[in-house]
Amino acid sequence: MSEVINEGLIAAAKAAAKAAAGSAPLLVAERITRRFGGLVANQDVCVSLERGKVHVLLGPNGAGKSTCINMLSGDLPPSEGRIHFMGRDITALSAAQRSQVGIGRSYQRTNIFPQFSVLENVRLAAQSRRQQAWRIFSRAMQQQWALDKARACIDEAGLGSKVDWIAGVLSHGEQRQLEIAMVLATDAQVLLLDEPLAGMGSDESARMVEVLKRLKPTRAILLVEHDMDAVFAVADTITVMVNGQVLESGPPEQIKASVAVQQAYLGQEDSFHV
Amino acid sequence: MNSTASTTLKLLGLLLLACVPLSGESFYVELAAKTLVLAIFAMSLDLLVGFTGLVSFGHAAYFGVAAYAVALLSPKYEAASLWYVLPASVGLSALAALLVGFFVLRTKGIYFIMVTLAFAQLAFFVFHDTPLGGGSDGIYLNVKPTAEIAGWLPFDLDNPSHLYYFILAALVGVYAFLARILQSPFGRVLVGIKSNEHRMQSMGYLTFRYKLAAFALAGGLGGVAGFLYAVVFGFVTPELLSWHQSGNVLLMVILGGMGSLPGAIAGAFVFTGMQELFASWTKHWQLVMGGVIVAAVLFLPGGLAAVPDRIKRSLQGGGSNE
Repeated sequence: MSEVINEGLIAAAKAAAKAAAGSAPLLVAERITRRFGGLVANQDVCVSLERGKVHVLLGPNGAGKSTCINMLSGDLPPSEGRIHFMGRDITALSAAQRSQVGIGRSYQRTNIFPQFSVLENVRLAAQSRRQQAWRIFSRAMQQQWALDKARACIDEAGLGSKVDWIAGVLSHGEQRQLEIAMVLATDAQVLLLDEPLAGMGSDESARMVEVLKRLKPTRAILLVEHDMDAVFAVADTITVMVNGQVLESGPPEQIKASVAVQQAYLGQEDSFHV
Repeated sequence: MNSTASTTLKLLGLLLLACVPLSGESFYVELAAKTLVLAIFAMSLDLLVGFTGLVSFGHAAYFGVAAYAVALLSPKYEAASLWYVLPASVGLSALAALLVGFFVLRTKGIYFIMVTLAFAQLAFFVFHDTPLGGGSDGIYLNVKPTAEIAGWLPFDLDNPSHLYYFILAALVGVYAFLARILQSPFGRVLVGIKSNEHRMQSMGYLTFRYKLAAFALAGGLGGVAGFLYAVVFGFVTPELLSWHQSGNVLLMVILGGMGSLPGAIAGAFVFTGMQELFASWTKHWQLVMGGVIVAAVLFLPGGLAAVPDRIKRSLQGGGSNE
């Protein structure tokens, strides 16, 4: 049964790619599987990300969303399956190498440099694009291009007023924005965002949704999110995962109307925050 | 502390150090020279411990490799050229660190501490138990290297005050070198690795390479200290590579305040000073020393480097209360 669905998904992904001439999917995961010992955390998952589109990964806790994003970002090698970026097989690349080709991610639990200023957090991200490690006598703060880039990305993520703050004292929501700025500063074409709205107040959430909308036209975004208002505000495609497998994938209207999705969710109380 | 005050303090310290040979007391000049050497050693370790977050418990290996290299590369009854033995011994230290780093940097945390120690013990026994090192008695460096260039002698290492100023210049040089490196993009990456290595990787940094470069660099600078130590004392023993030595330099860094170059220098001075002082009081000086270090770690978590700010804050705090 799942075989058929997945074959269908691959075909659908390819068809979609052909239909949108010139906008072939940037990142394609073909039937990636991850096993931890006897546990299958992800089985035959297919995901396709296109520029200008937000692809949301939904599912109850433990559905395997984070495992999936970890495989896409290179933090976790898949047990089976291939991952392609702009037509190139990147399955064997490490997280650092994937960052270099243009895949950036943010983490579910805030992952920044708390002792550094906001500017230095993002400047380091920018610097990663032109690593000239042998130039040990140049001054980092005189690399104007990296500073300019960092400032631009901080503005883009809506943190312009906090440039000189120490990252560790920012509010939770601002730290999530900082993470976005860091991902942007690496010139990422594909953004893998693991619950960027988690733990945010409604104001902060609304601001972040604005940021996502602003980023959307020029990048391919994969979003793992529980906040349904936000999901339906930005999603172009939704993939619902249950027990490590793709239950259904399609446009928001289809997912909203899907009986299978409703059953999967409504059958489990308290796993879905609407 | 603002930057002018900090610069003034540093220059004052340097001036003070420059005055030591004027005392004419050869015991104190030699003690100060030894302490300066240890200060260089502590700064080299601080690059790893304080700035890159790599707690190496085997840093004495690179100190010892360079010290032995001077002794082994120098002819028995003639002076070797400084301009040959200095780069050669420092280069060998850096090379040894590069090789060891290639293996140990695959481990993290407590394993890294243990594996660096294991490699240092390995180096210890190479010099202790093979014909190369002359056993537990070590090797004499009968004649100090000469700085002669084509018949011209800019300074004479046999002259205690020339030697002292040479070491002081090396200290300033290593300090300036490290301070500059830490401001470079390379240095920023090292500090980033210390703060959050995983994040550095996800931003596209191949952190292993940076850590390896830092490890080799620290090994080479530790080698500068080892070279100077051999020249000051005129002999080398396997004790230079012992884990006590690795532990002592780690204590200097911790005492001084990890991640501060002036702190590392201060740590070396306070550590050596306490050693001398307590040893003059009692045979069991290590007991007293241990107590002081425990107290320092408990009551002065930022080390000596945090003292000026603490004083300033307590002064300001007192002022505002009144």
